[in-house]
Amino acid sequence: MMREAFIETTTDLLTEDPRAALVLADISAAAFDPARRAHPDRVINVGIREQLMIGVAGGLALTGLRPIAHSYATFVLDRAYEQVKLDLDHQGVGAVLVSVGASYDGSTMGRTHMSPGDVALLDTLDGWTVHVPGHPDEVPGLLRAAMRHDDPVYLRLSTQVNAASYGTDGRLRTVRRGTPGGALVVAVGPMLDPVLAAVEGLDVTVAYTHTPRPFDGEGLRALAGTEVVLVEPYLAGTSSRQLAEALADRPHRALALGVGRADLHRYGTPADHARWHGLDPAGLRRSIGEFLS
Amino acid sequence: MTATTTNANAQDHLPAPPATAPPAAPPVPPAAPGPPATASRRTGSGLPTARLHPLLRRLTGDEKHEASAHSTLDVLWVLYDRVLRVSPDTVDDPERDRFLLSKGHGSAGYYAVLAAKGFVPEEWLDDMAGADSRLGHHPDRLLIPGVEIGSGSLGHGLGLGVGTALGLRAQGLLDPRVYVLVGDAELDEGSNHEAIAYAGATGLANLTAIVLDNQSATHGWPGGIASRFTVNGWSASTVDGRDHDAIHTALRAHRPDRPHVVVAVVEPKE
Repeated sequence: MMREAFIETTTDLLTEDPRAALVLADISAAAFDPARRAHPDRVINVGIREQLMIGVAGGLALTGLRPIAHSYATFVLDRAYEQVKLDLDHQGVGAVLVSVGASYDGSTMGRTHMSPGDVALLDTLDGWTVHVPGHPDEVPGLLRAAMRHDDPVYLRLSTQVNAASYGTDGRLRTVRRGTPGGALVVAVGPMLDPVLAAVEGLDVTVAYTHTPRPFDGEGLRALAGTEVVLVEPYLAGTSSRQLAEALADRPHRALALGVGRADLHRYGTPADHARWHGLDPAGLRRSIGEFLS
Repeated sequence: MTATTTNANAQDHLPAPPATAPPAAPPVPPAAPGPPATASRRTGSGLPTARLHPLLRRLTGDEKHEASAHSTLDVLWVLYDRVLRVSPDTVDDPERDRFLLSKGHGSAGYYAVLAAKGFVPEEWLDDMAGADSRLGHHPDRLLIPGVEIGSGSLGHGLGLGVGTALGLRAQGLLDPRVYVLVGDAELDEGSNHEAIAYAGATGLANLTAIVLDNQSATHGWPGGIASRFTVNGWSASTVDGRDHDAIHTALRAHRPDRPHVVVAVVEPKE
């Protein structure tokens, strides 16, 4: 599980790195009890106060620490967006924001715990690195790398995972090779396995990334022919601008798949929501097949 | 009211709508009575007006108003003249005291004090908010030496101040103190109350909040401002916000086991 990998790695980092600090708003607090007992000054649980969580992260960074702030995506970004914009970005300091509850992971809890728009919200700001790991084994390396500098990083953890982990340096990695110059499907994070299942028998190249920001435009140019499909586990079209910029001088057709904007007012499982948003293998096959036909 | 009149709201600096615009809401009822007025119009008795007045004039181009027109000026002067352990040479010293102006509007008084104390060159005062100016109507920490936070949107300073106080403590920097200046109307923002409750509950003793109370909160603070803090475990002093000795005494009244608030009451906003 990605969340466990995050808790374990962060607990280690707090011991290894005197600049590491963790700010919580009750979510995951119990799991960090051992870390809090060991480092009471650098493991801070502010209670159910997400505006303060980000404000505190900004203040810690102003004193030279490297804060990690963690909660559900909807509370980190949707709720505390202005704190992210002003208490971090505008002050010229960074933090590592680590979320759980990606898109509809919290489907049984309803819309209040969903945040398909988190990456789009960060796209309104400048300079954020966004990691969307597809497997728990990808989490420790991404988190450790994020702690080695002071820039803003968002690490988006999900309960949707691929069967295998794919180490990349942030660039697009070819996972399945079709005819060179043919159609390219870019799968972000946990969308890889559903994409691989969906394109079975189709002549397409599939590339994977767990780092949609900064988007690997150069890698896209190298792999893309004239037809590109983006499959993202958050709002559909979130990376369309990056794709358009990368291929601006080249005639191309693009299809951007992801989570829809409508509040479905439904519970059910994440698999149900994947199906309703057309992100299960059958739905992806329909959309991709239609686009390529 | 003309199209060039600014709105009274502290966060609204756009031109007010023309008088022909239909009223959007029924008239606002009178504000609840504020705390007992301890403020007297002392016209900044302790201020070095001969020094500050020309600086303020360079900032605002305003010949008519005395320094006392700036509600925060007395508190700012006492802080920079008598309390804060920070100088132009120590703006990056980890051991410095931190002053966070959360109430980012009305920054002219802040800039005048920073210039008087040598943090910024006086020439910077002449083109406030101009295209090449480092000084805007809200301060930007990346542009001004000695400015700890960029502020303007209300309700951000206390959270940043709590984080700063925690960060100093976590690094064994036990001497520096964090001072955050907020306004009584700014306290309307709920984010302040997250910070007030948390700092009090955890006894964050290296934090001092200063509330400049010019009774501008639309619905007032029945029961007083200090009680919002003391109920959460803070110590509090309420003083005449124009009386420099009283402000100074209040700013030194913090205790070793809890955060401290100074409510500085000045005459109501006109």
